[in-house]
Amino acid sequence: MAQAEAVDSVVDKQPVIEVRDAVKRYGVGDASIFALDGVSLTIEAGEYVAIMGPSGSGKSTLMNILGALDIMTSGKYFLDGIEISSMDENHLSIVRGRKIGFIFQSFNLIPRTTALANVELPMAYQGIKPKERRARAMVALDVVGLGDRINHEPTELSGGQQQRVAVARALATRPALLLADEPTGALDSKSTADLLDLFDQINAAGRTVVVITHEDDVAHRAKRIIRMRDGKIISDKLNEERVA
Amino acid sequence: MSVFEIIRFAIRGLFTNRLRTALTTLGIMIGVASVIILLAVGNGSSKAIQASLDRLGTNSLQVRSGGGGFGPRARASASSQKPLTILDTVALADKTQAPDIKQVAPIVSTNGTCVVGANTSTPSTFYGTWPAYYEASNTSIQKGSYFTNDDVTNARRVALIGQTTATALFGTSNPIGQTMRCSGIEFTVIGLTSVKGASGFQDGDSLVLIPITTMENTITGNQALSSILVEATKSTTTTAAQSELTTILDARHGITGRKTADFSVFNQASLLTTASTSSQTFTTLLGMVAAISLLVGGIGITNIMLVTVIERTREIGIRKAIGAPKAAILTQFLIEATILSLLGGALGVVAGLIGSHFTIAGTKPVIVPASVFLAFGVSILIGVFFGGYPASRAASLRPIEALRYE
Ligand SMILES: Nc1ncnc2c1ncn2[C@@H]1O[C@H](COP(=O)(O)OP(=O)(O)OP(=O)(O)O)[C@@H](O)[C@H]1O
Ligand SMILES: [Mg+2]
Repeated sequence: MAQAEAVDSVVDKQPVIEVRDAVKRYGVGDASIFALDGVSLTIEAGEYVAIMGPSGSGKSTLMNILGALDIMTSGKYFLDGIEISSMDENHLSIVRGRKIGFIFQSFNLIPRTTALANVELPMAYQGIKPKERRARAMVALDVVGLGDRINHEPTELSGGQQQRVAVARALATRPALLLADEPTGALDSKSTADLLDLFDQINAAGRTVVVITHEDDVAHRAKRIIRMRDGKIISDKLNEERVA
Repeated sequence: MSVFEIIRFAIRGLFTNRLRTALTTLGIMIGVASVIILLAVGNGSSKAIQASLDRLGTNSLQVRSGGGGFGPRARASASSQKPLTILDTVALADKTQAPDIKQVAPIVSTNGTCVVGANTSTPSTFYGTWPAYYEASNTSIQKGSYFTNDDVTNARRVALIGQTTATALFGTSNPIGQTMRCSGIEFTVIGLTSVKGASGFQDGDSLVLIPITTMENTITGNQALSSILVEATKSTTTTAAQSELTTILDARHGITGRKTADFSVFNQASLLTTASTSSQTFTTLLGMVAAISLLVGGIGITNIMLVTVIERTREIGIRKAIGAPKAAILTQFLIEATILSLLGGALGVVAGLIGSHFTIAGTKPVIVPASVFLAFGVSILIGVFFGGYPASRAASLRPIEALRYE
């Protein structure tokens, strides 16, 4: 019951993500490289997408742009129908807080701060009242199975547990979009399986999930698999096993 | 997000980084305290010099017969010299021509020996003068009374004596009302002057003062004055008083240039100027040492702040990635820096105030109020700038740049 509340569904008819001709270029002149070289992509609400591809193919670059953490050199990006690519930093910070939950490979928890405080932080920046955000943080930590470790600091948690705190932090704001850049990269197989079960649950509750991964078994949990190479999308297929 | 919440974040930030907080606070505290104490020591020593000069009577001038020169040349022109007279004295007391002169006392000096029974004493100062002398020379009495203008008018044979003379002539018995014989004339002792201490080689308490008329009538005969003691209205008007009296005496003695002058003026204030200049130099030096320690404290703070900037920039990246607006981050880090420097500054002021209660290097420190505000203000500026600047730079980065920062 608590879980259902935490992963409260946001189903929308509009595409959650629409990217047109995204280009990201690093460097200038001859030395410049195109990390993204004309990527167009539409992801509907409630989809579960895995992005795969060799190292350096531009997956993280794409993900950072989708998460509004980075800006593109040219192209357009609409999130929930709102154009993000032309927004300034101040508005972007609001978008990041309200619409997006981002999970990093390296967890990125605030050091020397308890799991509970870490999960509460994005809600604090959104102006949610302390009482409510505490309750929501507790529920989110319960969902990821860390209800008994809310007062532990990151250094007192295992890698898998830290990543679950990061997931709870991303979930607690009830974002329309959950982005994860190699979330299982630093985890063992047991923690990986737990995390993937969690993603299934989150997606089942109607949230859009986008995961970057190198691992086939991670990708095969998704309903759609996008492959990239040299900054371009080379294939975009539904996952037959999952979409029955 | 409310300001109150941001302040809570800042305080939590300070508590989570205890070592950094402690070191920064300590750095600011030492800087502030040393500025306050060192300047207080400098100020204390210059106050001490000032006080001892005040005791000497810094706003008095002495006019003596004879030009500035010494040796044969000064003597050669002696025939053309006019002596200082009572009329000169009266002219100097003219308020319209000499507004900066408060009062004037003529002095006739002599050498004589005083005898009481078998006891004798030769006072190093044996003056005939009038009551204006007391204030102009900072002379007061500890027992008995002063001789008055009436005593001067009637040329009474009364005397004030100093402690050294009193002890030599009367031992431990009370000298007031007793008689003594000086230069063959009998005087009644009516007052004992307060102890002055030695100034230079002279014992200020080996002293006999009698009415100037008595001196001229009985001992020296009608002759020129030895000197005129002039008291300026304030220590700051001494220079003005000196130029006024020079103008008046030049006119009365027909002097056209300083070379031919038949009198010279001795100025205690110039002594004061020299002494206070050197004590100012001392204070400036201490102030520089203090400023350097504040600077070193500041560099320490900067260093600590910069060392943590990598960690903090990553933290700022994380905060931005999860939706923190730039303003919230900036405010948090500025409040952190402000609390740190306020705390350090306040502790430094307390330490400085306490430290200034002790006698340091033989000097009783006297706190300069401006130094407290200056040190406190500068420490806060340093803290806020070096704490706030890296944070503001980091807050302006895109989250991905801040996260990648190394
Ligand atoms: N800040 C940067 N400056 C310059 N080049 C960059 C920068 N970030 C990424 N790149 C380049 O852009 C390309 C795409 O990088 P990206 O991180 O998106 O790859 P990726 O697909 O995530 O690889 P991996 O699987 O190894 O994480 C790479 O060639 C990389 O060298
Ligand atoms: Mg990557």
